[in-house]
Amino acid sequence: MKLVIINYGSGNLHSVHKAFEAVNNNLENPYEIIVTNTPSEILNADKLVLPGVGAFQDCKNAIHKIDGLFESLEQVVIGEKKAFMGICVGMQLLAEKSLEFGECEGFGWIPGEVIKIEAPVDYKIPHMGWNEVTFRNHELLNNISQNTDFYFVHSYYFRTQKNENCIATTKYPNPITAAVLKENIYGTQFHPEKSHNNGKQIITNFLLWEPS
Amino acid sequence: MLKKRIIPCLDVDRGRVVKGVNFVDLVDAGDPVEQAKIYNSEGADELCFLDITASSDDRETLFEVVKKTAENCFIPLTVGGGVRTIDDISRLLHHGADKVSINTAAVENIDLVAKAAKKYGSSTLVIAVDAKKNGDKSWNIFTHGGRKSTDIDALEYCIEVANLGAGEILLTSMDRDGTKIGFDNELLSTVSSSIDIPVIASGGVGNLEHFVEGVLKGGASALLAASIFHFGEYSIKDVKTYLAEQNIAVRI
Repeated sequence: MKLVIINYGSGNLHSVHKAFEAVNNNLENPYEIIVTNTPSEILNADKLVLPGVGAFQDCKNAIHKIDGLFESLEQVVIGEKKAFMGICVGMQLLAEKSLEFGECEGFGWIPGEVIKIEAPVDYKIPHMGWNEVTFRNHELLNNISQNTDFYFVHSYYFRTQKNENCIATTKYPNPITAAVLKENIYGTQFHPEKSHNNGKQIITNFLLWEPS
Repeated sequence: MLKKRIIPCLDVDRGRVVKGVNFVDLVDAGDPVEQAKIYNSEGADELCFLDITASSDDRETLFEVVKKTAENCFIPLTVGGGVRTIDDISRLLHHGADKVSINTAAVENIDLVAKAAKKYGSSTLVIAVDAKKNGDKSWNIFTHGGRKSTDIDALEYCIEVANLGAGEILLTSMDRDGTKIGFDNELLSTVSSSIDIPVIASGGVGNLEHFVEGVLKGGASALLAASIFHFGEYSIKDVKTYLAEQNIAVRI
């Protein structure tokens, strides 16, 4: 089984790769982890991870700059319904559009838009640090307690059009989407790769997940 | 609720951890990777490496240390010291740093702040500011590891870099650094109340009450300390337990 981590120059690629490797090494049936941007390798993936930090538009442009990358992703995730996980901006890209630095289209895989966090003036932006997450029961959140802290760094968030696609939230002080899910497509706003043992559990859950 | 972060800082000189007392009198306090592992397991919220020698010959050592640390620690790692170019930032990120802290280079070339924020995102960009009091509610910034003074007003500078896309400010009081008499909370609150981005308090922490004051009086989003942790005076857990007792939200 192959797990592909998409390499399009994202700053957190190394951290994501290292964390997935550390978790994967403890699995009974570990994946072959491949870090790549080659469409032919992406087409052979059984699971995919899309990291992302920085501005929405820059990440999107970087993906589209690589010939055939987006098309191969679409083929595997939408066409073949392979399990997909986006992290931070990698999750925000699933939206229809983002309003960061002007309007920019996303993948449009999950209905909704990425908008600026609205918080009272005494709340610092970016929303940076460890914050509590509450969630709907799902195997992707197995062995995680309600109100567990995860590490966030972001100024924009994914407001899903449908409540059913938002499976976890945090508060700052208004509710902010912490994880999205639609069929085989999953994403976290927080950084599991930086969230210590609970982050490793999130990665374990994704590696064990078999979307129906 | 968003937690106040406790960040142990490892001052690294040629691949070894040292502590700073008013930026001189360096004392060896161990191997950075081993220390990082301990802090990671003790519940540190982030880690910070500051490469204080930063002579270009010895830079490769740092990359190795960063790489090994990133392989062992699954909490955010900030690395600074001698970061001068977009290429430096890129190399550190690719060796496993999550954020890069820039000090002197940002003062000398303010465009670097906007460029770095645009390329890697504000979330990866920490601007480190060394400030020294020069009058009533007035501080100047210093560069080159605190060795060179400037005429630049610390508050104005922090506002400017925040506007240019810095993700947070690591604000060190030169007056307090190594003194163990507490953070310069006046400096912290002056800056923190004037900018939207988080401020990390640094310089002067000597006991548990100082951490509390950094939050309540200084308005800091995160608290950084070096020697108090390295020599085992207090553990991360001691600090967090104490903060929690004072009703300050921390990740336990």
